[in-house]
Amino acid sequence: MMNHFPVWKNLLIALTLVVAAIYALPNLYGDDPSVQISPLRGAVINSSLLADVNQQLAAEHIKVLKDELSEQQILLRFDNTADQLQAADIIKASLAKNYVVALNLAPATPQWLRSLNASPMYLGLDLRGGVHFLLEVDMEAAEKQAVNRHASDIRQFLRENKLRYLSVLIRDNNISIKFRNQDIHDQALEQLTRQFRNWEFNAGDSSSNSPVLIASMTANELKEVRKYALQQNIITLKNRVNELGVAEPVIQQQGDNRIVVELPGVQDTARAKEILGATATLEYHLVDVEHSAASAQAGRVPLGSKLYPRRDGGVALLKKQIIVTGNEIIGASSGIEGDTGSAMVSVTLDGPGGKKMSNITRNNVGKPMAVVFIEHRTETKIVDGKKVRYKTIVEEVINVATIRGHFSNRFQTTGLDNSAEARDLALLLRAGALAAPIDIVEERTVGPSLGKDNIEMGFNSVLIGFALVLVFMVLYYKTFGLFADIALATNLVFIIAVLSLLQATLTLPGIAGIVLTVGMAVDANVLIFERIKEELRNGNSPQASIAAGYEKAFSTIADANVTTLIAAVILFGFGTGPIKGFAITLSIGILTSMFTAIVGTRALVNLTYGQRQIDTLKI
Amino acid sequence: MNDQQIIKIDFLSKRKLALVLSAVLLIVSIGSLATQGLKKGIDFTGGTLVELSFEEPVKLESLRGLLRSANFEGAVVQHFGSSKEVLIRLLPSEALNTAALSNKVLDLVNAEFSQPSELRRAEFVGPQVGEELTEDGGLALLYALICILIYVTFRFEYRFALGSVAALGHDVIITLGVFSVFQFEFDLTVLAAILAVIGYSLNDTIVVFDRVRENFRKLRNCTPTEVVNISLNQTLTRTIMTSVTTLLVLLALFLLGGEIIHDFALALIIGVLVGTYSSVYVASPITLALGISKADLVIVKVDQDELDKIP
Repeated sequence: MMNHFPVWKNLLIALTLVVAAIYALPNLYGDDPSVQISPLRGAVINSSLLADVNQQLAAEHIKVLKDELSEQQILLRFDNTADQLQAADIIKASLAKNYVVALNLAPATPQWLRSLNASPMYLGLDLRGGVHFLLEVDMEAAEKQAVNRHASDIRQFLRENKLRYLSVLIRDNNISIKFRNQDIHDQALEQLTRQFRNWEFNAGDSSSNSPVLIASMTANELKEVRKYALQQNIITLKNRVNELGVAEPVIQQQGDNRIVVELPGVQDTARAKEILGATATLEYHLVDVEHSAASAQAGRVPLGSKLYPRRDGGVALLKKQIIVTGNEIIGASSGIEGDTGSAMVSVTLDGPGGKKMSNITRNNVGKPMAVVFIEHRTETKIVDGKKVRYKTIVEEVINVATIRGHFSNRFQTTGLDNSAEARDLALLLRAGALAAPIDIVEERTVGPSLGKDNIEMGFNSVLIGFALVLVFMVLYYKTFGLFADIALATNLVFIIAVLSLLQATLTLPGIAGIVLTVGMAVDANVLIFERIKEELRNGNSPQASIAAGYEKAFSTIADANVTTLIAAVILFGFGTGPIKGFAITLSIGILTSMFTAIVGTRALVNLTYGQRQIDTLKI
Repeated sequence: MNDQQIIKIDFLSKRKLALVLSAVLLIVSIGSLATQGLKKGIDFTGGTLVELSFEEPVKLESLRGLLRSANFEGAVVQHFGSSKEVLIRLLPSEALNTAALSNKVLDLVNAEFSQPSELRRAEFVGPQVGEELTEDGGLALLYALICILIYVTFRFEYRFALGSVAALGHDVIITLGVFSVFQFEFDLTVLAAILAVIGYSLNDTIVVFDRVRENFRKLRNCTPTEVVNISLNQTLTRTIMTSVTTLLVLLALFLLGGEIIHDFALALIIGVLVGTYSSVYVASPITLALGISKADLVIVKVDQDELDKIP
């Protein structure tokens, strides 16, 4: 007899459905307001800390619904938001120094589901509220910095090796080195090539009396510089975001020079921008003690020195040579000096930075050294109808201290007035530990009330649209319409299950994608049912019509869906944030609907009509 | 011939009329796009957008005055959804286009305005990002059309491919035209909707073509025009049914999905209507005009058998 699925096929369909239902299930449980505690800078999370926190909360009569301890964090769940906020304040007061205390909405997925790795869909910022930033790393500045650093290194190398040069100048990201005669030029070429392997050295214009070497970065080195600038920025941003106390921040590379930062739940965007956007670097310089700052201010700035304003007023005359820059700083922390009890900042440099510092301090004990903090700001102005981006640089001396002895990669800055000043300096040093400045090029903030409205409206429109289609199909196709409806409902479960499994982000356009899929998913069934009707009109038996209808409609359905899928995939490839969400749900919906509309309804039809004699079909 | 009994409507006899209609729509659309263009949202122009919600209905004039007095020149202030919600738009302007702008507006309103507000949404798009999006958006449309052209050529025949791509271009231009004529705001979500329209309209066209191809092989005594007419009639119920179900959910989105999704749903509704019309009156007549005949599909038939083995 026709129209019969073997038992294994029916079982397989049932099994897929059960699996999908299980993975869609976590979305039915809501969230618990919770507080999340995670460690900062080497602090530890353990059961004694948890016991401590629980004791504190019990003392204030705050009921903890459930506590969870893992290696990275402690999660405390509460009955309501009031408890949550109160608890967060209490915990912050005692732990804020070494831990990030963040408010969170933790999914209330039961344990048995979590053990199956089932978790609810990840909601996008437009649904849960929060801030999205797109930051752009200024690669030109990164390259310039790398060139400056190398010019400094080359000068030092030439001096150390007694290769006398006339000048080392920077021109368009190249370094041109002028020598007195060809002999030294040739020697230098040979030795520099051996020492600086990532640089290319070429003989420059030889017509003049003093031969010139042109040093430039290899393409590979250039790539490395850019990669490094991006990665260091990402790391620094991660540290800074920690200070904001966000439960599930996202910090991701996008393209070659951009970073996406998403901070769910953050409302105070001004503070977030201050912390993320105040892009800064810093440089250590020796103070020029041979000349007076006063005469420099009067206009006689000596060669090789530059006048800088001081943060606390006045000016300082510093040597132009950079000892180390902010991106050679690995760490900076404030503390109290053991002997004197005065506030201090300890700084750690990386290997090359330490070496440079060692070389300078060896010969300059007793002389003052200054830290220059450099802030980059970008403004866009319209000049003659065209957008022009202006970069302004603000340079300030934030600290001058005397070199007390020879040191390299670890040293302390002491003599600070109080611990608040030390903390500020440490923060500035850390903030300055950036390879290149970054600009905010895109911001999207969604307030909590809008997020809630978006979920509600999205949910409602799915529900109403879905109901309308269900009713329409039953009215038009009767029993077969019911089959299509069941397939449609199953399809919705499948979409949610796949989204949950992939942990893809559900956005408002994503919900629109689901709604659209609901409308279009019935298309496959309409095609099949119209074919069956046609076969019946042509005088075929009901059983034969069913078989022929499914068979003939298949290639049409496949063609039609593949073309829609092409559009969806291109959307995904090109789209950003919210558009991607739409493309994802649309693609998933197309694929799952093919399964439910073709295989799913067929199973239902076979179970209802198969293996028996029928005269008419309710279609 | 059983199938011939089904012919109810002679679609193609009215193709001249359709040609005129399409031509008028296209001319108006292209004319409007060329003269006044699209009202691009800040996604494409760059700029700042702040949506605030107040407890009481807000008089826009007083808010405008406040912003003007604080030197936010050229701020566009309008209600969004209800009289309690306000949307403030600031285009990139001299020295003001920084990411901090939305905070400045919020601070100003909270400090000076007669009633407190709550931040619903703030967006800032840098001018360079806007330019990239415009470029990427155009490219995405182009890539989609090219990929579809290749797929349809491969699955059917190049005349079908040209017919379907012409229909797609027709749909996209008219949908964009409606947005231009009525100056509806064109943002990223609307662009996504346009791409979805491509997918949908094509879906419709492919279903018709599939039938045309099948009928060319089956109905040996009919002229190409008759074959196309029969195919259009056979697929008519399906075309209407699918359009109706899709429009039902789109209406739900349009009416209930909220302001942000409003324009998105609108673009799709226009696209679905135009797309349904074009699969009947643009794609098929163009394929016919290009001279499709039985002979062309003999080769395709061989391809078809091979392709059917691919699941």
